Amino acid sequence: MSDPNQGEKDDVRGYVAGYALALALTCAAFAVVRWPSFNRITTLAIVFTLGFAQAIVHFRYFLHITLAKSARDDLWLILFSVLIIVLMVSGSLVILMNLRARMM
Amino acid sequence: MNGAISPTILGRLEWLSLPFVRAWQNPTPDELIGAGAATIVVVGMAGTIALITALGKWRYLWRDWFTSVDHKKIGIMYVVLAFVMMSRAVVEGVLMRMQQATAINAPGIVEPDHFAQLFSTHGSIMIFFMAMPFLTGMINYVMPLQIGSRDVAFPLLNSISLWLTGGAAGLMMVSLVIGQFSTGGWSGYPPYTELEFSPDVGPDYWIWAVTLGSIGSTLSGLNFAVTIYKMRCAGMTMMRMPLFCWTTLCTSILMIFAMPPLTVATAMLALDRYLGFHFFTNDLGGNMMNYANLFWLFGHPEVYILILPAFGVYSEVVSTFSSKELYGYRSMVIATMSIAVMSFTVWLHHFFTMGQSASINAAFGIATMAIGVPTGVKIYDWIWTMFMGQVRFTVPMLYSLAFMMTFVLGGLTGIILAFPPLDYLVHNTLFLVAHFHNMLIPGLLYGMLAGYHYWFPKAFGFRLNEKWGQLAFGCWVVGFYLAFMPLYVLGAAGMARRTAEIFEPAFRPWLYVAGIGALILLAALVALFVQLWVSIREREANRVDAGDPWDGRGLEWSIAGPPPEYNFAVLPTVSGGDPFYTSKRNGDAYLPPERYENIEVPKNSVVGPLLGVFSAATGFALVWHMWWLAILGMLAIIITVIARSFIRDTHRIVSATEVERVDLAWRDKLFASRSISREMETTSANQGFAEVAA
Amino acid sequence: MSAAEAKHAGINLGDSDRETHEKAGSEIFGFWIFLMSDAVIFALLFATYGVMLRGTAGGPSAADEYRILPAFIETLILLTSSFTFGMASVAMKHGRGLRTVLAWMVITLALGLGFLAMELRDFSTMIADGALPSRNGNLSSFFALVPLHGLHVAAGCLWLAVMLVQVPCFGLDKRVKINLLRLGLFWHFLDIVWIAIFSVVYLQGLIR
Ligand code: HEM
Ligand SMILES: [Cu+2]
Repeated sequence: MSDPNQGEKDDVRGYVAGYALALALTCAAFAVVRWPSFNRITTLAIVFTLGFAQAIVHFRYFLHITLAKSARDDLWLILFSVLIIVLMVSGSLVILMNLRARMM
Repeated sequence: MNGAISPTILGRLEWLSLPFVRAWQNPTPDELIGAGAATIVVVGMAGTIALITALGKWRYLWRDWFTSVDHKKIGIMYVVLAFVMMSRAVVEGVLMRMQQATAINAPGIVEPDHFAQLFSTHGSIMIFFMAMPFLTGMINYVMPLQIGSRDVAFPLLNSISLWLTGGAAGLMMVSLVIGQFSTGGWSGYPPYTELEFSPDVGPDYWIWAVTLGSIGSTLSGLNFAVTIYKMRCAGMTMMRMPLFCWTTLCTSILMIFAMPPLTVATAMLALDRYLGFHFFTNDLGGNMMNYANLFWLFGHPEVYILILPAFGVYSEVVSTFSSKELYGYRSMVIATMSIAVMSFTVWLHHFFTMGQSASINAAFGIATMAIGVPTGVKIYDWIWTMFMGQVRFTVPMLYSLAFMMTFVLGGLTGIILAFPPLDYLVHNTLFLVAHFHNMLIPGLLYGMLAGYHYWFPKAFGFRLNEKWGQLAFGCWVVGFYLAFMPLYVLGAAGMARRTAEIFEPAFRPWLYVAGIGALILLAALVALFVQLWVSIREREANRVDAGDPWDGRGLEWSIAGPPPEYNFAVLPTVSGGDPFYTSKRNGDAYLPPERYENIEVPKNSVVGPLLGVFSAATGFALVWHMWWLAILGMLAIIITVIARSFIRDTHRIVSATEVERVDLAWRDKLFASRSISREMETTSANQGFAEVAA
Repeated sequence: MSAAEAKHAGINLGDSDRETHEKAGSEIFGFWIFLMSDAVIFALLFATYGVMLRGTAGGPSAADEYRILPAFIETLILLTSSFTFGMASVAMKHGRGLRTVLAWMVITLALGLGFLAMELRDFSTMIADGALPSRNGNLSSFFALVPLHGLHVAAGCLWLAVMLVQVPCFGLDKRVKINLLRLGLFWHFLDIVWIAIFSVVYLQGLIR
């Protein structure tokens, strides 16, 4: 190893990058709602996309989930959890919205 | 005598909450049955305590069992809990059958309200406090041995799960003596279980017992998954694991992801009942259909949590007692995994009649039928495993065979129920009750009993009595068919489930047959206990302490029975599937290790029992609105956890010499044993040393 | 030599403390699984919130009460606390001495408590306005989801406080390190949940 502090610098840089990206995304989401310039649906889509992107930023920079081979187990676990969560949440919404619609 | 005794201290507890007082004031048969049950609990508890005191066994129990974090002891305690709770729940099932047989145009023996408590406790106990502890105990005992590990990944957490489950089961038992249980069924559907319709303590008992139990199960699932993932011995790749470990892994994953919906559902119901929220109420924007949705998001995966471990047991048993490699191992693994994933996609079939559109029903109906496919694959695999094998009809094998035939029948009726238009006809009738007993009795109970007979010699060093085992088996099978086949007929004829009185005389013969069947099932339970008693008395004649009574295939058979607390003197290395069976054939089983090393084992801990007691006390306090106790209990839980995190001295060392001494003593016994052929494995010639045909 | 293999989610100690790193693998994997299970709980509460959006029964809805500025500031506080906790982990990993580690932890704790204080103020204004959870289903679902996250943050703060005692007490021994790694995962995980709350609950409710 050339510079013994290199590892530490890299680690700090990672957190700083994550923090900066997260701040930027949050502020963007805040801005589109605070100063509305699109219609409702577009705004909502933008907010959700930004939120999703920010979740990925957190996973990448704070939780250190990467595509590297050694982190695959965690990645698989997250993907499986996401699959189950999507099944449960979307299923619940579809079923209960359908019930509501049919009762109206 | 009316009104709360002391609202500040005892919350809403009244004298009339005690069944003895009720029976004294109003000695109807119904109240007397209630008081009788309470008496059994009280006398049983007092008797047990007196017996332990008389034998001077408290220290022993505390030191060697209650505070133990050894996965084997925890496993055994789980199974003991399961048997105790099973006894109560079977008696309740029989009582219900007696009620229905006598209540044809007559009041029968219990009041409707009491009948409702019976099916609620029977269902809740069977699922949460019989089935779950049984399979958790079985996994606990067997899985670490099979993967060649010294313990589970988190031994203390394991003890905590046990004691949470135990505390929850304690709440169930207390509800017999103080107050009453829910009348809302094992599924506790609101709005009926809301304050408006059930203001009493019943649903609260249900909520806290189930919540504690489900937290315990989540933690167990987590523990098992990490164990399998991280603690396999050298060479034990995933595809070399015994199938039981695969089913354990899938069950654990289901526990991790399917218990939370239950926790959410019960917690929301609790918020409704305690803080006036409106999740599931009739008024103010409540949506009780969301409860059904959440409950079955848990409920359907739950049935696979129950059934998969039994599938694992059958795979082990069928392969061992056919002396053949499991047929289609890979297809079994794939089938198990597909079942696990698909079980999250079918929950709606439990409420086809709720009113959603036909296309949604159709989608879930098709998904449900699709799950039948991997299950069918498994049945064929077991059949092919037996084909041309050296099949021996030992008790575990008998259960496996009965399972295969009976389970297929249940699966067929399941396909009927999966078809929404047909489900509309038999929904909520005894047809459904017949169906799920037809799945759960062979698919869970027989499996656990098969495992119990199969691994008992490993855990205790002697075999269970074969004759009584066969008798019990016969009663479980005959009793099952007599008790539950008539329910298909009754259900198809329109008899609703959960009915306390029947006004259709044409049902009489069927109800009588079912009643007789239930009595035979009771006899089966008794036979199991007699078998245990007889086996303990005859244990010297049936010792198999060399450890391998069935010419076993996995690593669990390669060590002494019972194994030392650290399981393996030296951690094994494997180079293929069925490692022990192969190495016996290669002549390199039982090679003495080159050297022994110190082994680090976790120390006993009081944290598990403490958390169990505190959480049960908190639950009890919440049921009765004793707020001071609830707060105290929660504080005690937090303080215990924090205090534990400050303890650094958590392990002790078993010295290499001690390990060597124990290992050599076992080896002496082993080589002094006579090896026997498979024909003699159920005779007392069996000392646990298998003859290997060259 | 290149960096040691990552063994688990969150910051890895591989480069600086091999022994703890080896042990951390299963300990942290277990905690990670727990978080996934917890995520399912939150997901279902989100689903319930969605289902009950219209269950206002003629009363106020939670969304009528949202104010964008406090929610935004709360988000910034939590983000910053995630960053400061990250710095604490880096300091621990590279042996920066107890003081640095403790300092970052204290800042994180202060931010966490600040977040809780702001959130409690939000809730009490809502309640003062008559937007009680017992008013209707919509408010019930809000008061189950958002305070549950708050409860988690409170638990995280308690955990931090305990670690603030343990670090001076035991130094950075193996168990303290593993505990800090787990706490880190917990803290960052709560951040992700909050981002979901911020987008799905607050911003969605505020879009007009
Ligand atoms: C061993 C003998 C058993 C007998 C005699 C028995 C009998 C009964 C009876 C009579 C009912 C009520 C049916 C009705 O609603 O009219 C019932 C319900 C039920 N049983 Fe069993 N059963 C037995 C075993 C089991 C087992 C092994 C399980 C599960 C592992 C189980 C789970 C349930 C459940 C979940 C219910 C539904 C409770 C409810 O309606 O909420 N039973 N059983
Ligand atoms: Cu189902």
